[in-house]
Amino acid sequence: MIRFINRNRNKIIGMSGLIIATAFLLNIFGLGEYKAMLLILATAIASIPIFIKAFQALRMKAFSIELLVSIAVIGALVIGEYVESAVVTFLFLFGAYLEGRTLEKTRSSLKKLIEMAPQEAEVIRNEQTRMIPVEEVEKGDRILIRSGGKVPVDGRILTGHALLNEATITGESAPVMKRTQDQVYTGTIVDEGYIEIVAEKVGADTTFAKIIELVEEAQETKSKTQKFLDRFANVYTPAVVILSILVFLITKDILLSVTFLVVACPGALVIGAPVSNVAGIGNGARNGVLIKGGEVMEQFSKVDTVVFDKTGTLTKGKPEVTDIHVMNGMEENLFLQMAGVVEKVSEHHLGQTIVNEAKRRKLDIDHEPEDIQVVKGNGILARVNGMPLIIGNRKLMETHGIKIVEEVEEYALGREKLGNTAVFAAINNEMVGIISIADQIRADALEAVRELRENGVKRILMLTGDNRHTARRVSEQLGLDEYHAELLPEDKVRFVKKLKEEGHIVAMAGDGINDAPAIANAHIGIAMGKGGTDISMETADVVLMADKLKQFSHAYSLSLATIRNMKQNMYFAVGVVFILLAGVLFGNVHLASGMFIHEASVLLVIVNAMRLLRFNKRNKRTSMEEQHLFTA
Amino acid sequence: MKRVVFQLEPLTCPSCIKKIESTLNKTSGIQSATVLFNSSKVRVEFDEQDISTEQISKIITKLGYEVR
Repeated sequence: MIRFINRNRNKIIGMSGLIIATAFLLNIFGLGEYKAMLLILATAIASIPIFIKAFQALRMKAFSIELLVSIAVIGALVIGEYVESAVVTFLFLFGAYLEGRTLEKTRSSLKKLIEMAPQEAEVIRNEQTRMIPVEEVEKGDRILIRSGGKVPVDGRILTGHALLNEATITGESAPVMKRTQDQVYTGTIVDEGYIEIVAEKVGADTTFAKIIELVEEAQETKSKTQKFLDRFANVYTPAVVILSILVFLITKDILLSVTFLVVACPGALVIGAPVSNVAGIGNGARNGVLIKGGEVMEQFSKVDTVVFDKTGTLTKGKPEVTDIHVMNGMEENLFLQMAGVVEKVSEHHLGQTIVNEAKRRKLDIDHEPEDIQVVKGNGILARVNGMPLIIGNRKLMETHGIKIVEEVEEYALGREKLGNTAVFAAINNEMVGIISIADQIRADALEAVRELRENGVKRILMLTGDNRHTARRVSEQLGLDEYHAELLPEDKVRFVKKLKEEGHIVAMAGDGINDAPAIANAHIGIAMGKGGTDISMETADVVLMADKLKQFSHAYSLSLATIRNMKQNMYFAVGVVFILLAGVLFGNVHLASGMFIHEASVLLVIVNAMRLLRFNKRNKRTSMEEQHLFTA
Repeated sequence: MKRVVFQLEPLTCPSCIKKIESTLNKTSGIQSATVLFNSSKVRVEFDEQDISTEQISKIITKLGYEVR
């Protein structure tokens, strides 16, 4: 029975609305005697779901807004106010219906994401392929994905290559080419091609599942404003109850005091802040920006100082070897081979670049180095075939007493002034070579920095472990306020702490493991990284999934817009409640009109929040135009 | 201690949060109950010896919310 009514709630609303309309029409045509009857009928129909909810809550000894409305309606019927009773019940149901529909819209961005989840996978087991539900895929399974198919789990490509649309993870819809050994993510779509992958992460461990969980959690976490509102509601609600009792004692008018109670329900107030947050966070998620909750949103909007890491953040982070300078007559490839053997144990991107260059030249670097010692931010020491190797920056050479003669220093300086990083290498405690590595500035860095300034960031600076020449060049090209070079991870942390002590609200953007401590120490830690590594997703407050700086400036202006939106909702809701209460007390607002204003105000705050979903239309329009070009 | 998440019909009124949370938190055997308003879920931590998943689901249904 109850289920039946819940299912048919929309029909009930429609019926009661129709009957009320008929009643008023009949009245116009002078058939007033039927009006009262019809209105009572409309009240009766619309009351059913309200009474049921009120009763259900009452049975569990819980107080509910439905109970208040029920009392008010019965009161109105008793004193013969049939218009009031019919309109109030109708408005209450219709308002809830509209709120449901609009709320659904604000939640839709997450829902759309969840709907992107793959359902089944084509696995190869015992040399047979078959379709199985995605829940049954196990780690290590071999899965094939054809053109148009969805990647069912996180994994690595074994054979084949394909153009993948990774919008579900990164918010970037331009397809990416992926080949053997490349990582693919759940929920991304093979636009063209054919790949076989090995499942590495399944179920709740996939990046996709983690994103959904993070966003769900984020939408739930309360901002300071929300916490304040909760405290306010704890005082406000009993205060209103006491006031309504006072109203009754003074006026002896039960309907007035119940009207007071119903109208004073802080609907818009309670829903106003969270709904802005949900819409803001949802917008972010769809654009590949994970913002971890309302508090982060609020803090982010107050940021006045932005600290960037250089490598991999302001620059592409995919440096290339531009020159190898060998002394002592050593053969270039042999030198590179030895460096590659040592650097393959390094996690540092410069080391990885050397390894890649060695691989590109098809040099054999399988040999295992001994006595490996990684000096964070400086370089690496190891033994190859018994020979001690030191590879790293100037500082590392100095601490180990390796002499850098003047002409070598001059050469290195020259390379650095051209924007290279010079990596020094010594074998048997003697300088043998310099590997020049250059890393280009990201295409969107300049615009991102400009947008941040336009939105009110006062100070933008760069911290890097790299040399001062490279740092200066990047800083000058981007027009940054300051740069500090040759820093170790702990120097970066100290710097961020100092900025905080000076009273700045600091956002730190970086990537990789070496920035993690500084990111964790900033007010707002922003992690860049394609697909989002586990570490960055856990420690950072904001994760940029597509590895694009433009997302950073979007996230910042989004946070400003969200907080602005939330404030609008707050002021509006508080204003409406006080006007309503005053109106009721002075007799200008009655139950029906009060209910109307109340429901309308709730709807208005939701609709206002929905504007956030469309925030950043400019970017979207360009992608729409692109789509038009495709279809045309 | 067990953790279960119930998916409800779409929640629309914020007052539902208080209603569900306070009723569940009063129930013996339930350690904590949190309503995820935006995803319309209830996350409950409870002691399996005192109360079962079905019993909790029944309480939520009785409050007037369909458990999916």
